[in-house]
Amino acid sequence: MLKVTGIQKGIVIDHIAKGNGIKIFEKLNLAKVNYPVVLLINVSSQKLGQKDIIKIQDNVDIDFTMLGLIDPKATVNIIEDEKIVSKMSLEIPKEVTGLFQCKNPRCVTSVDDYAVPKFTRVENGKIQYRCNYCEELTEYKL
Amino acid sequence: MNQTVKHLVDPNDFTVEEINQVIDLGLKIHSNPAQYARLCEGKILGPLFYEPSTRTRLSFESAMLRLGGQVLGFSDANTSAVKKGESLADTVRVLDDYCDALVMRHPMEGAPKLASEYSTVPVINGGDGGHQHPTQTLTDLISIKYYKGHISNLKIAICGDLLFGRTVHSLLKTLSRFENITFYLISPPELKIPKHLKDYLLDTYDVSISEFTDLEDCIEEADILYMTRIQKERFLNEEEYMRLKDSYILTRDKLSEAKSDLMVLHPLPRVNEIHYDVDRDPRAKYFEQAAFGVYVRMALISILLEVADHA
Repeated sequence: MLKVTGIQKGIVIDHIAKGNGIKIFEKLNLAKVNYPVVLLINVSSQKLGQKDIIKIQDNVDIDFTMLGLIDPKATVNIIEDEKIVSKMSLEIPKEVTGLFQCKNPRCVTSVDDYAVPKFTRVENGKIQYRCNYCEELTEYKL
Repeated sequence: MNQTVKHLVDPNDFTVEEINQVIDLGLKIHSNPAQYARLCEGKILGPLFYEPSTRTRLSFESAMLRLGGQVLGFSDANTSAVKKGESLADTVRVLDDYCDALVMRHPMEGAPKLASEYSTVPVINGGDGGHQHPTQTLTDLISIKYYKGHISNLKIAICGDLLFGRTVHSLLKTLSRFENITFYLISPPELKIPKHLKDYLLDTYDVSISEFTDLEDCIEEADILYMTRIQKERFLNEEEYMRLKDSYILTRDKLSEAKSDLMVLHPLPRVNEIHYDVDRDPRAKYFEQAAFGVYVRMALISILLEVADHA
């Protein structure tokens, strides 16, 4: 069995749904950082059958909003001295800024660099966001 | 963003109470304009029109001039620094030093909201793409208040381009906050109101919405008939426009089924959706409506510039 050691300090993103690990890895730009990062895929899990895990050493400053958007069921463990010092559950964010584009081609955010796309989640059972500028609904998809 | 400055970029920027305040002041100005003729002396309104406009721009300019103020702006983006590639935010950050309030028309939806985030003076949305046109709504409401005496317990039929019609979107969003409003929405299937707007209205307000494709199916029930133009400039496909442009033509014959105290409104300009013979019908109020646009904008400017109490 493949064995990956724990980290001394940093973040472990656990219980990532199988297949989402690589997406989170890409969205958080983890290929470009200069601290150690481990991406584990298809790890056995009692809860999920198989899961993905990301371990990030030395850095705890990541975009939890983005994480909640991609996989709200993932969990985040903050590690210090090789121990979990806090456990966080993620949730689908109510407000999102700059993480994706408004689908309306007539929206000012599509043409003006000053207009950073900002959205507010609509409570309709889907992951849909209302643009704060043009009000069009955009469904978030990876 | 300057949180203390009051803007009108979305109908919901004003509470129902504030909307009533604007309308009531507009009616007062209408009955005695001379009393308000010097209210904005020394103030400058900046119309920033990135898209063509006749009524909105000129009624704002007329309103400011009738209040004793002055106007300084542009009606063609090609004659401004925009042509050189200046961003909207930069334009606004300069012009808010030159003017006491800005009125913006822009083809991109949400542009006035973006402007309001950078402006230190009030920004008024004079129409943004197919999104919103809140001051046309104030014009519609002051007309309704003047002729009906109230803005509640009304059945309002709205006919034409409900998909791209920004006047329709603002009117729906505003009237839905008043009491006991029923909407009959008449359009070709291709031009129904945006689903996100319909869902928002039904989820947020206690309002009734029925949709039709034939005007005849609901005209006899309506207290107000709000006709709109099928807007050629919003279509990407000329063929589609040609197919839909004559979807609704209101004639005196069709009005024979309607109530005797019906009000026919139209934000103007019209093309052929209201036949000229309807103009002679006493129920046609669209030219009076356009005239009220000046008075209600006088009220709005006075309130945003915080001089309304000085009359």
